[in-house]
Amino acid sequence: MTRVAAAALELVLSGVRALGSLALRLCREAGGMVMLLGYVLSSLFRGRVDGRQLMVSLYKTGWVSVPIVALTALFTGGIMVIQSGIFVRRFQAYGLLGWGAGFAVFREVGPVLIGLMFSGRVGANNAAELGTMVVTEQVDGLRSLAIDPIPFLIVPRVLAMMVAMFCLLLLGDVIAVLGGMVFGKLLLGVEFSSFLISLLDNVKLWDLLVGLIKGVFFGFSIALTSCHFGLSVKGGAVGVGRAVNDAVVAAALTIMISDDILTLVLR
Amino acid sequence: MCAQLLRGALRSRRAPGELWRQLYQVGNRSLLFVMVTLGFLGMVLVFQTCLQINRVTGDLSQVGAEFIKILVHEFGPSLTALMLATRVGAGIAAEVGSMVVTEQVDALRMCGVQPVEYLLVPRFLASLLMTLLLTVFGVCSAIGLGSLTAYQTFHVSFGVFVDFSKLLPGDVLTAVLKCLAYGAAIPTVAGYCGFRTQGGSEGVGWATTRAVVASSLAVIVLDFLISALALLTWQRG
Repeated sequence: MTRVAAAALELVLSGVRALGSLALRLCREAGGMVMLLGYVLSSLFRGRVDGRQLMVSLYKTGWVSVPIVALTALFTGGIMVIQSGIFVRRFQAYGLLGWGAGFAVFREVGPVLIGLMFSGRVGANNAAELGTMVVTEQVDGLRSLAIDPIPFLIVPRVLAMMVAMFCLLLLGDVIAVLGGMVFGKLLLGVEFSSFLISLLDNVKLWDLLVGLIKGVFFGFSIALTSCHFGLSVKGGAVGVGRAVNDAVVAAALTIMISDDILTLVLR
Repeated sequence: MCAQLLRGALRSRRAPGELWRQLYQVGNRSLLFVMVTLGFLGMVLVFQTCLQINRVTGDLSQVGAEFIKILVHEFGPSLTALMLATRVGAGIAAEVGSMVVTEQVDALRMCGVQPVEYLLVPRFLASLLMTLLLTVFGVCSAIGLGSLTAYQTFHVSFGVFVDFSKLLPGDVLTAVLKCLAYGAAIPTVAGYCGFRTQGGSEGVGWATTRAVVASSLAVIVLDFLISALALLTWQRG
């Protein structure tokens, strides 16, 4: 009897221990990100941004992820046409297809899916790059040359990711609409013109803007998480892999949570 | 690669302890993550839908039933799989990549062990099973938080919201098919990227990035294909 009680107590205690370590870890990572945010803002206000690094980051975050975003947007348009198609066909309301698909893509699905892909492509890559620099002691090298790594490495990346998400989301919205038109015609037999008319009549500019604002926020949170986890790498190749993994997971979590908050704020 | 995995899975010559360990790794350690993200997704979706319907008709009694339908056959499986692609896919690639870089895979080969079979088959089986189970948990979490949102902001009672009458067997079939397809695709793609790692810690980073991107893209493409197939065949009308 006492043995059973001891085992039960041990189980409860291990649960409490796991919960505690989870909470501690959450606090540590969130605190690290807030510290990083403070450093970034302070050097931004003092106007200390390395211009050449900014151009390199813009190329590395924006231009390189164009194909992946285009492909994602094309299929997102197709998926949303299929999903609205189920409703549209039930009510025989083919004139509403453009509205349903367009609204969902602009406001919700487009930013989230493109944000997740961007986090996978650019955020993970960024964490890996910074992590490698930390492991090979290049960041310490910068410090010893009296170059502050925050304005040199971090601020350009944060700015570049916000700009890149805005542009990529615009591109993605256009491609998703085109993909929706093509797949709507192929799968449901809706003419291009009726799709476009219902889209333009019912979707307002504000819907597009909400999506773009969300995108900029996602770009910012992806940059912050990936830079934080990249800079706090410990221990060789295994550490880099783990940091990339953590960065992607944290970025996905922040994307979903900030999506919720932004949806509530921007009605 | 997939053929090699399937052959290995069918031959079932492996340590059961490793499978349990992977089930724990893939399943239990992603459970909280999946439930939190899917819960937030449910809140957002319900909020957006109710807002739109308020603008058009104002009849919120059907929102719950339609929400549960679309959640089960579309957003539940796909978003869970996207989360798993980042969580599990990146994990597999990072782990296998580090083993390739530190020549542990070569060591396995020298001992006469098939590395693909030894390392990936348990992960493959675990992911196949756990994608299905995690989707169930994620959908439950999304429905729970979604109904809470509907009750809090739009005053739709729980009894009206949680309504499974619109959920047809075809929807469940689509969901199960999607889960199995995603569960098979994620470890295959991620393992392939991991085994192709070259160079030191930089290579591991690259492999992990490629794994996340490729497995997420695989999920989106499979989602599109299975949805189109379902629309044209068993979800007609």
